[in-house]
Amino acid sequence: MLNALTLLMCCQFAGEVIARGASLPLPGPVLGLLVLLAYLVVRGSAPNPDLAITSGWLLRYFGLLFVPAGVGVITQLDILGDNWLPLLVAIPVSTFLGLVTTGWVMQRLARQE
Amino acid sequence: MEKLFTLWVYLETTPLLGLVATLLAWQAASAIALRMGGAALANPMLISVCILAGLLLATGTPYSAYFQGAQYVHFLLGPATVALALPMYANLSRIRRSAGAILPALLAGSLVASLSAMLIARLLGAPRVVVLSLAPKSVTTPIAMGIAEQIGGQPSLAAVFVLLTGLSAIVLIGPAMRMAGVVDMRAQGLAAGMAGHGLATARMLLVSETAGAFGGLAIGLNGIITAVLVPLLATLLR
Repeated sequence: MLNALTLLMCCQFAGEVIARGASLPLPGPVLGLLVLLAYLVVRGSAPNPDLAITSGWLLRYFGLLFVPAGVGVITQLDILGDNWLPLLVAIPVSTFLGLVTTGWVMQRLARQE
Repeated sequence: MEKLFTLWVYLETTPLLGLVATLLAWQAASAIALRMGGAALANPMLISVCILAGLLLATGTPYSAYFQGAQYVHFLLGPATVALALPMYANLSRIRRSAGAILPALLAGSLVASLSAMLIARLLGAPRVVVLSLAPKSVTTPIAMGIAEQIGGQPSLAAVFVLLTGLSAIVLIGPAMRMAGVVDMRAQGLAAGMAGHGLATARMLLVSETAGAFGGLAIGLNGIITAVLVPLLATLLR
């Protein structure tokens, strides 16, 4: 658990350093994901069970990790209240259209397995 | 009573209160979601946010005081995002085989999602700052906040839109895939990650590891695509 957490945070740290160093418009964790992926590819074997278990545990509680940012909604209540109608339409409709577009194009172009 | 008040004043200054409140709200929300069965809106994250936001408003606690403790949970978003590399690694050969389809699918979806959100909001009379903050709503929170700031939106507002978008994607992905006739799990995962970032991807991961892998890929790539695309859209919509 501790080994895996250390590895994950080192990757995030490396991602952060790359992002700042090269002033890329990407957040550290996303680059950290690529760093870990590269590490796994270079190593070549199956990821060790400790890393697999810890990652699975973190991913299972992804929703919980969004809660603190979500509660931040209380700092935006005025602007949300003033614009509830445009938001209530724009967010679900655009999300639906995006889902359909990506899903459809991908299924169309990806070769059957 | 006075003792209770002093205790409250003390607890309010420690990070423990916000942390414990977040974890307890999550436990309660999970129990409620379980009891509500498979209803799409019975999402533990949504219920937790409602409980905590209600509590903060009822007690007049400022968000900054709550976040003092909740930041420890918030921080784990970083390592969790890095952890998405594992399902991606497990599916690397499948990702390589469909590489030619992934980019057009993401580009088209990203364009449609951002543009339709901005146009609808503008047609319905939303002010410019709201329209611009909506543009990066499909990507993961830190990228979205950065893009919103860059194009003249409001980062904290963008963060809220990102969340609402993720929840919408969780609710809508079933009907959307049925309507479009999409049965390929690679396509479903890619759509989830593109339109609903980590929130929808984590949900798809429960259904299929393949979908989760393509979702993780879509989160990263769509972040890059949107960071390039949205500033262009913002200038077009001036």
